[in-house]
Amino acid sequence: MHELSIAASIVEAVTESASAYPGARVKAVRLRVGALASVVEDSLQFCWELATEGSPLAGAALVINKLPVIVHCEACGVDSVLEGVQSFRCPRCGEIAADLRQGRELEIESIELEEPEPAESSDGTPSPVEEHI
Amino acid sequence: MTTRIVELRRGILKKNDELAAGLRERFTAAGVLVLNLVSSPGTGKTAFLELTLRALRAQGARAAALVGDLETDNDARRLAASGAPVRQINTHGICHLDAEMVTKHLEGWEGVALGGLDYLFIENVGNLVCPSSYDLGERIRVVLLSVTEGEDKPLKYPGLFNSADAAVITKVDLAAPCGFDRDLALRNINEIRPGIRIFETSAKTGAGMDQWFAYLAEQARPS
Repeated sequence: MHELSIAASIVEAVTESASAYPGARVKAVRLRVGALASVVEDSLQFCWELATEGSPLAGAALVINKLPVIVHCEACGVDSVLEGVQSFRCPRCGEIAADLRQGRELEIESIELEEPEPAESSDGTPSPVEEHI
Repeated sequence: MTTRIVELRRGILKKNDELAAGLRERFTAAGVLVLNLVSSPGTGKTAFLELTLRALRAQGARAAALVGDLETDNDARRLAASGAPVRQINTHGICHLDAEMVTKHLEGWEGVALGGLDYLFIENVGNLVCPSSYDLGERIRVVLLSVTEGEDKPLKYPGLFNSADAAVITKVDLAAPCGFDRDLALRNINEIRPGIRIFETSAKTGAGMDQWFAYLAEQARPS
């Protein structure tokens, strides 16, 4: 049940980053969430709605890109994707593989912004948004 | 309208991670070994810690504890009976401790300076899910599992078990009446966190505690 705290952290981070683009509306937020991140997708989606309600982020989609665990096998020297999180063994040789290369991510990958069309200036280059009043 | 994609690639818990990194630096500079104890409610974290604090004090080591719970200071009072300095963190509904709570509770802790400690234990809120995401700046994350909980706990909660540095099986005095399958439990822990140090203990009989104390001493020694 820490998904509400996570959603609130996302709102804070996205609001901060989006403030560099005045006038833009956040359409979508893309996350990278590893299989070992202990985050429940449905719960996070539910909390996202709650956390964004009545804020400038209201209506923004939360897109969760789930990442499987990748382990590095000492014996094979190869990185492999694990199908689940029930056994940390190399799928090629069956040796234990404790060296995690992916799976704990809990990141904001990107945000998608919708911006007003910049006005064309006389020389054909778009005017900066700040001058477009 | 035009669409713009802004790459952020930033950790959602970046603020917590930064605070935790700051804590870790402070702990290292002060030479205090910090352990974060995590388990489900009722595993016996407090009983295990009571015995640990008493034994460390008897050895002349300086140990203190921060203990997290949603409400009540029952655990702090139990632990304080060991004579060690103890401070309760009440989260009032939050299911885990975070680095900010730890930072705040280190401030103004009467009679406790990090530099004057050998060990600081942080007993997390009983929960096998959420604490795995929140770094507290600890050097060692200890996951506890009691024989009454079932051998498949590590398989059910891989996120937390996989993030631990040591595992403690508690209440081994109840293993026989519970029909606890020791080999299966050890195998499951090893499947999720291969090679992890495992201690099999009972706070009631003291079984297995000597190995735990030896591990603490070994980890506290400056490398």
